[in-house]
Parts: sequence; structure tokens; C-alpha cells
Amino acid sequence: MQLTFVDWLIMLLYFVFVLGIGFALKRYMKTSKDFFQAGRALPAWICGLAFISANLGAQEVIGMGASGAKYGLETAHFYGIGAIPAMVFVGIFMMPFYYGSKARSVPEFLRLRFDEKTRALNACSFAVMTVFSSGISMYAMARLIQALHVFDGLFRTLGWAPEGIFTFSIVMSAVIVLLYIFLGGLTSAIYNEVLQFFLIIAGFLPLVLLGLKNVGGWHGLKTAVSAVDPRMMHEWKGVMHASTNPMGIEIIGLGMGLGFVLGSGYWCTDFLVIQTAMASKNMESARRVPLIAAVPKMVFPFLVILPGLLAISLPTPHTATTVHEENGVIYHETNVVPHEMEEGRGLVPAKINPVTGKAMLTASGKPLLDYDMATPNMLLHYFPTGILGLGLTALLASFMSGMAGNVTAFNTVFTYDLYQSYIHKGASDRHYLTVGRWATVGGILLSIATAYAAISFNNIMDTLQLVFSFVNAPLFATFLLGMFWKRTTGHAAFTGLISGTLAAMLHHGLTLPIEAHPGIHGGWITVVHHYPSDMAQNFWGAIFAFSTNFIITVIVSLFTKPRPESELVGLVHSLTPKPPRTHDRWWKSPEALGIAVLLGAVALNIFFA
Amino acid sequence: MNLDLRIPMGLMFTFTGAILTTWGIKTNGDAIYARSLGINANLWWGIVLLLFGLAMYILGQRSQRRLVKEPAPPAKDGEVRRGH
Repeated sequence: MQLTFVDWLIMLLYFVFVLGIGFALKRYMKTSKDFFQAGRALPAWICGLAFISANLGAQEVIGMGASGAKYGLETAHFYGIGAIPAMVFVGIFMMPFYYGSKARSVPEFLRLRFDEKTRALNACSFAVMTVFSSGISMYAMARLIQALHVFDGLFRTLGWAPEGIFTFSIVMSAVIVLLYIFLGGLTSAIYNEVLQFFLIIAGFLPLVLLGLKNVGGWHGLKTAVSAVDPRMMHEWKGVMHASTNPMGIEIIGLGMGLGFVLGSGYWCTDFLVIQTAMASKNMESARRVPLIAAVPKMVFPFLVILPGLLAISLPTPHTATTVHEENGVIYHETNVVPHEMEEGRGLVPAKINPVTGKAMLTASGKPLLDYDMATPNMLLHYFPTGILGLGLTALLASFMSGMAGNVTAFNTVFTYDLYQSYIHKGASDRHYLTVGRWATVGGILLSIATAYAAISFNNIMDTLQLVFSFVNAPLFATFLLGMFWKRTTGHAAFTGLISGTLAAMLHHGLTLPIEAHPGIHGGWITVVHHYPSDMAQNFWGAIFAFSTNFIITVIVSLFTKPRPESELVGLVHSLTPKPPRTHDRWWKSPEALGIAVLLGAVALNIFFA
Repeated sequence: MNLDLRIPMGLMFTFTGAILTTWGIKTNGDAIYARSLGINANLWWGIVLLLFGLAMYILGQRSQRRLVKEPAPPAKDGEVRRGH
């Protein structure tokens, strides 16, 4: 890749502003509330954009492009089913308890509603997950920087060994994220997430526009993609049965697994996103935050899924020699295309076995495609130097804000839920502020360690993500029962959570997607059931975990003593007075906004059906 | 919060837009635009970002000025609101 000084200038400008915001906010960080909760003073629109931006890490940007190239428009289910309904639900029904209970974190809410041990379980697992997730994000970024040769030119100019690029990328991102969070806490993270939100649009919108123009608009895209696989241009067609849609899932697994369990589990209980809503200035704003976030979330499929679809609809480049004559001299111009590109499909390269140098094949003999390169290759394909710098900056920004969200969630949960609760109670606020700052440093150091561990242990990423899914899958049942059934007890919540996680593990150990070998993909106990795809296995695993948690929690609740109702005011739906209506017009209420969002989502789904 | 995000954000996009626009004018008609289908992507997108940045900046400045004029809200932590 040829980067010129303009590209570097744009990248540098972004870093200057990111750090500048951190320094500008430093003087406002007086109490731990300022640092961990942004003083609970931010406007709803900022929190709303940060709410989706916290999730818009690179896994999302690269992953959705990859999924678009692999499965087509069906990927949009992750938005229409997997995100929007859950975002409306958390805004309308759950935010009153999160915000109104004055809890400072999601684990703290669990202590208020249930008991100490449920909080400890959730806080510990959450703290571990955030650190590892931010490490995974870091590792993925360094790998992508290597693959795209972003810093190669810089390293050559400076005379440094190219082996140092991995370390350089990791240290650079770690130092920047560390500095701006250390200085400005959650406010800084939220501000930078908003900045990154607009950067992603600035970087990806021209990409989609150029790509669409190239293939001949929406109609041209339809024709080109249908030539590859006619099922890929439909979001809903063939969804009734697993064998008739590209993802290999059927409607129940999709609706229950993705929509009800996984989507809600993420958007309604993950402190990573909830923290941004809890930072807003009043209850009304807090409830509006997820709803505001849902509006851009509806249009994001255009920005992140389409690059993947466009990448496979373009012709696959081949090495070609053109002969032309100029002033009596014959020129042979050979345009050499790397082997992995020639073996790929469109702009998606094939995966090359580093030992043999040949393309790796799937069980059915087709080349295995490296879908993660779909979106980055689109950037390189269409962007001339200048705007290319902007596109790369957007990509880097998405990696860093993914890390930052995890780090702020970690320092809050560590300081309030672990340090203040179990290690050092009753210290001054100033002390906790300092601890929070150093927890940031600690969290980032642990993330770096994770990123390096990932180099030596090939499977660590997949293993970690698998373990996270075991822990996360049952969570939503606990919150649902806790907030809407006053009889639920602490012992029940704790037992339910643990048995839900065990159920998820057991399910994974007993099932296997077809075309996979027992091991990391499942079936490590014995195989009793084959799923048509790993997606189906994942969704059904979540359904089992959720149901187990739900049933066990209900049963144990009936056998244990509930807390007196007076203690549960503000924590359970039936015992909490309705929030006062402070807005003057009915259409300004969160409920009206929620209905509008849902209608919009339905309309989009019909359009893509 | 006393720092309106739209001010730094507006500035950043204004600068980015200005850089891209200038670069686009300088390289207009260059061979580098073959990859962007002959469209001067730097120039056009630079102008879009420039306008977006300026709009954000002006909006931010306005609300900041309004905040300075208004009497400070009952200060919780004894801070004086000040412009940026």
C-alpha cells in the first residue's frame, strides 16, 4: 500500500484531537462520579451515539463486512432482530431500574436487587471478559495493520525491522487509549466514541457510494450478487428452513436465539453499552439513549454489510498482460495479482496455507475464503491516497473505541464492585478516583498480555469467545425475572446463572455443526446432534442456557424466602411508581419514540425481504 | 459537561475536510483517481466534511455561548461554567 503524507496527516490529526479531548476534560475530573459516570451530566444524543459506537468496534465493522460477503443480506438480522427490539426494550422497560436505582454499574444493580454473591459472580466474570475482549481487539488490529502493510513504508524510512510492526501497533493503540481514559475517564471515552461514530460514516459512506456506482447501483448489485448466490440478496426468503438460507438457521432459532436471548442479553445487560446510557443527565434522557441509538443502528447495515456484498460482486482480479504500441515501440504491461487474490472470489482473497503456498480448501473442495479481508480490501481498491488515510483512520478508530469501552467498563466494575466492596471499604472518594485511574493502567496491561498470548496460542481467541458466550447466554433470564417478578430471590438468581452457564457448556459439548471436527467447534463430550451451521449451534445453545436459567431460577425462588416488598421499590416493575412525565408532548415520550423505531425497523425488513 | 463535544469534533472535521479539499484540488485529474472511477473523491468528500465540520462547530459555539450567558445552574460541585 502506498500512503503519502496526506494520509499520515489525517491520521495524525485524529490522534491529536483524541488526546486533546482527554486533556481538555482532565480539569473536570474532580470526583469518582465524574470519572466513572461522566458526572451523570451528558446530553442524550451524545450518549445515544456512544451507545451504538461502543459496540461498533472493529469486530463489528470487519465482522459484518465479512458476514455480508459470506451470507449476504441475511446478516441484517443481526440488526433487525438482534439489536433493534432489544434496544427499544431496554430503553422503555429496563432503564427506569438501572438509572432509577442509583446503581453505578450493572453488577451493583444485581446486588441491590439480589445479593452480594450474585453481584460478585457477575462482576468477576464481567471484569475478566472486558480485559480479554480489549486484548482481542488489540490483537486483531495489530494483525490487520500487518496484513495491510500500513506501517511498512514508515518502518522502511526509519530503518526499523518490520518484525516490530506488531509491537508498535499494540503499544501505539494502548498508549493512546490509556492516556485519554486516564485523563478524562468515561466522558473522554464517550466523546471519542461519538467522534469515531462520525468517522466511520465519513470513511465508509464514500466507499459504499463508489462501490454501488461501480456495479451499477442497487439493481446492478442485485444482479451481480445473484450470479454468485441468488439467496444472498434476500433477508427473509428461505428463513423457514435451515437448508434454504445461507446461514443455515431456521426462524425459531433466529427469533428466539438471536432476538430474544443473545440480542437482549447483550443490549440489555452488558455494562459496556449500558454505562453510556447511565451517564446521561436525567431519567428521561437515559430512557431515550437506546432509542436514539436504534435510529442510526437501522441504517448501519448499509454502511458495514454492503462493503462485503460489493466485494464479492466485483470481478476477481487476474494477472494479465496488456500489449500496446506507442510511437512504434511495443510495451508489455503485466499486472501481477497475488495468488491468494486470484484464488478468491471478487475482492475476497482465499486463505493460503503458509507451508505449501496453495489455497486451503473446504470439505467440498472449494477454496476457503478469508472473508475478514473483504472490507479492508474494498478500502484499498477504491480509495486514492488522501481519502484512503481517512478510511484507515476510521478503521483504527473503531478498534480503539472498542478497546476504550471495555477499559472504562472494567475500571468502573473493578473499582466499585470489587475494590470498594471487597478489598478496601470506606475510603475517601479521592482514593477511589486514584484507584480507578490505576485500574485503567492495569486493565490495559492485561489486555496487552492477552494480545501477546494470542500469538503463541493459536486457538485462544476462539476459546475465549466461546467461554464468553457460555457466561453471557443465560444472563438475560436473570435480569428479566429480577425486574419483572418480585418473588425472585438472590439464591435463585445465583443458582440459575451458574446452571445456565453449565447448560451452555453441556450443549456445546454434545453438539457439532456439520463439516466440523469435534473440539473447539463442539462435540468434545460426544456428538448427539448435528447442526446445519455454527450459527444455528450458537443460537440454540443460547436458547438452552436461557431456558435452563429461567426454569431453575423460578423453581429455586419458590423454595426460598423472598425479600420484603419494601426493599424492592425502584428495582422491580410492579413495585415501582411510574416515572413522572416531564415532557410536554406525547410524541416526545420514550414510548412514542420506541414505537416509531420499531415501525422503521419493520419497514426496512420488508424492503430487504 | 462543560465542554461541548461539537466544538472539537467540528474543528476536527473542518481540518480533515480542508486537507482533503486542498489535496483534491492539487491532484485534480491525476492518475490516482482511476481507482475511484475517475471521480475526485478527495475534493468532493473533502467539501462534504468541511461543511459538516463547520456546521457542528457553529452549533457547538452557539450553545456554549448560551450557557455562558445563562446564570450558572445551582452548582453541585461549586464549578463555574465557562466558555471554551
